[in-house]
Amino acid sequence: MKLELRGITKRFGALTANDRIDLVVEPGEIHCLLGENGAGKSTLMNVLYGLYQADEGEILLDDAVQRFSGPGDAMRAGIGMVHQHFMLVPVFTVAENVMLGHESTRLGGRLDLAAARARVTEISDRFGFDVDPDARIEDLPVGVQQRVEIIKALSRSAQVLVFDEPTAVLTPQETDELMAIMRQLKETGTAIVFITHKLREVREVADRITVIRLGKVVGEAEPTATNAELASLMVGREVELAVEKAPPRLGDDALVVEDLRVVDPNGITLVDGVSFTVRAGEVLAIAGVQGNGQTELTEAIFGLQTGVSGRIALDGKPLTGRSVRQVLDAGAGFVPEDRQHDGLVPEFTIAENLMLDRADGGPFVRFGALRLDDLHAFAAEKLKEFDVRAQGIHTAVGRLSGGNQQKVVLARELSRELRLFVAAQPTRGLDVGAIEFVYDRVLATRDAGIPVIVISTELDEVYALADRIAVMYRGRIVGIVPADTPRDVLGLMMAGEAPAAVAA
Amino acid sequence: MSGTGEQTPVPVADTGSEGQGLEPGQVPGAAVAAVPQEPGVQRFLRELLTGNLLLSVLAVLVSLVVGAVLIAVTNPQVLAASGYFFSRPGDTIAAIVSAVGGAYGSLFQGGVLDLTASDPLSALRPLLGSLGFATPLIAAGLGIAVGFRTGLFNIGGQGQILIGGAVAGWIGFALPLPAGLHLIAAVLGGLLGGALWAGIVGVLKARTGAHEVIVTIMLNYVAFYLLDYLLHTPVLQAPGSSNPKSPAELPTAVLPSLFGLPVNLGFLLAIVAVLASSWLLSRSSLGFKLRAVGENPAAARTAGIDVRRMTIVAMVVSGLLVGLAGAYQVLGQSTGGFGNDFDASIGFNAITVALLGRSRPWGVFWAGILFGVFQNGGYTMQAANGIDINIVSVVQSLIVLFIAAPPLVRTIFRLPAPGRPRRRRSKNEVRSA
Repeated sequence: MKLELRGITKRFGALTANDRIDLVVEPGEIHCLLGENGAGKSTLMNVLYGLYQADEGEILLDDAVQRFSGPGDAMRAGIGMVHQHFMLVPVFTVAENVMLGHESTRLGGRLDLAAARARVTEISDRFGFDVDPDARIEDLPVGVQQRVEIIKALSRSAQVLVFDEPTAVLTPQETDELMAIMRQLKETGTAIVFITHKLREVREVADRITVIRLGKVVGEAEPTATNAELASLMVGREVELAVEKAPPRLGDDALVVEDLRVVDPNGITLVDGVSFTVRAGEVLAIAGVQGNGQTELTEAIFGLQTGVSGRIALDGKPLTGRSVRQVLDAGAGFVPEDRQHDGLVPEFTIAENLMLDRADGGPFVRFGALRLDDLHAFAAEKLKEFDVRAQGIHTAVGRLSGGNQQKVVLARELSRELRLFVAAQPTRGLDVGAIEFVYDRVLATRDAGIPVIVISTELDEVYALADRIAVMYRGRIVGIVPADTPRDVLGLMMAGEAPAAVAA
Repeated sequence: MSGTGEQTPVPVADTGSEGQGLEPGQVPGAAVAAVPQEPGVQRFLRELLTGNLLLSVLAVLVSLVVGAVLIAVTNPQVLAASGYFFSRPGDTIAAIVSAVGGAYGSLFQGGVLDLTASDPLSALRPLLGSLGFATPLIAAGLGIAVGFRTGLFNIGGQGQILIGGAVAGWIGFALPLPAGLHLIAAVLGGLLGGALWAGIVGVLKARTGAHEVIVTIMLNYVAFYLLDYLLHTPVLQAPGSSNPKSPAELPTAVLPSLFGLPVNLGFLLAIVAVLASSWLLSRSSLGFKLRAVGENPAAARTAGIDVRRMTIVAMVVSGLLVGLAGAYQVLGQSTGGFGNDFDASIGFNAITVALLGRSRPWGVFWAGILFGVFQNGGYTMQAANGIDINIVSVVQSLIVLFIAAPPLVRTIFRLPAPGRPRRRRSKNEVRSA
């Protein structure tokens, strides 16, 4: 089925999220939609899927104009969507999830599970998916869950499939498998829209590439284009992709973690006997697929976890069993992975957020009273130093873009006297410009002789920053390897296999 | 970030789009240029139109209108005239105007200004009386507001007033102390009683995670029956009496009237409480931490703020302020001895006051005065027009309803949605950095 979008315009108040976007996706074609966060890709797809009504423009399937008033209409017309966050019921089986929403029933309203099971098996066999229809979703690895989403779409005879940032949750190997599946679907004549901001993936599978910036189509590119060309189209200027990084000047062992374990209240081990050392002046990157204990590891270091055993010492002084306050006072700086949830108070102003972890004393509090003049002077200075784009220091942080919010977090954490810096997913959801800024700051911190830990699920980020790489899988460190370890070796480690040459 | 092609430092408000993973896109250059230098007048107007103050005022107005309808349809003259509405509609309208005008007229006369009075002081007398009713509402409202700002819903005002008041009252009648000192001791006792009763809730929540709404409600019953029991024992019961009522307060423990006017020292204490709460919330380190916990406990915890301790502190501060209302009731209002109902529903009305005042100390102050006027004027209205004072309760309840549903009031008056949706934590990257 041929999909055509003509002059789609979607406005939110004064913002134009999509500005006269034209897009044609032929059957049997993988069409990549490339753009930064906030470029308008998802808005466009939500228009296509009937979640939003376009203000102008029309959607055509096989040259017939369509009217979608909801996802149900879009599905019936043959459009399927594989969301970034899976829409599956974890306690249901694969077959139950696939039939959910269009259940077929037998006499007396009994569910016809056998039919659903047969449908799953049939689609699964056709594409070599290897999915057991009776497996429960929560028992399946993320990559397989994604295949269930694909089966779900195909079982409703989708002929246009939209993948919205599908690789964010996958290991490199799972990503490769997904690419293979996309190629297979393409062979059968499905039109595929692949939304991503990862250049490598685009060049690998795309037949055509449309780049969106600021809600507009800014150009089309061939898959043969170089990364630099694609990136500059996406950002609208020349982008330096490689980070300039001097060799580390290593100091003494600073942070020593020995046999760290985190057990949750249900008795499930989340971090399982992790040991590592970070030296002053180096970046240890902790790589791994989301949800393999990285979050709990950082929270354990900062006293935010219960059920922690083992030893954590910073410059010889123990950090285990300390309160968050004491860990921060020991000189640890922290950029949490979910900045809106853990890093910032969105309703507070920039100035207030800058003193959030120094509310007890220090420069901004004397005799229990806030020293607002000092705080405001400090905030104005940091606003400039960290290039936070905001109306002023009294702007609520919730009104800033993700990049500017992250700069506020960085400004706060990096303006204390640090002896350790931990940044978890420091560039998640940021655009290229902000990413460069964050990388520069992280490396400057390293070069100031501070031990740095970067937690990241993105291998590009790991390579950009790491002096050494530790890979976590199911709560364990699979191995700690040099920064020049090849991508495929890291990929295997992220899936739990320790290559023979790697010693932890 | 140097050298990005982008020009603007304008934070653009969330566009009202919902959901995650959605990209309303970036600001087109044209729109951008218009926003940054918004003139002061325009900004003021926008804040007034979208802000909380106007909504509060409108909520009160709408409630008064609905109250007027209720007055009209329950009025016997209106009912009689409406029987022959189609032959002489003027009669019905005249009856409505007379009923509603009369009711709200006497509400004003009894609660604010008596225009029939001969001298200015007598004319102001109703307002001063209203301040007396407003005093405990302001004090308790501040307590509830501090809870709200910390993310805690203290519904235990009743219990805290009863306990605080009982402690203050006991000191007032049973502990003869020198003048001055006696009053100070009694008031402090009231504060501590309220703080203790609320502190229990804070400790339970911090230690066990018990929900403060449930615990405060239950402690209301405990306080009520505890007080009731003590009023039947020699601890609180007046000697030689069989009524569950305490002895009269000693004169040294009674809040003195200000310059002989019908308003007493308690009102000044309430103003002090407003100033103190205002300083606490906006200028102190403790208040900063309380607000951080209230807005985003996860971030507060990550920033090293002890969320549990702040929960306890917030409840204690809340109880202190509510306890002041309890002390006022016993030392300023029912000084002839108290029973088990001297809370006079202030614990619950204070929630309304805090909501109407948007949990801002001065907002609570004015909301408290408005409710004091309603209460004081309500009695006059009942006496003069035979209108049930419960109409006032209905109007007060409607105010809460409209405050709790800002979109409703906005729809009624076709107001623009606020530029910044509070509470909705948008994950959208509205624009790039």
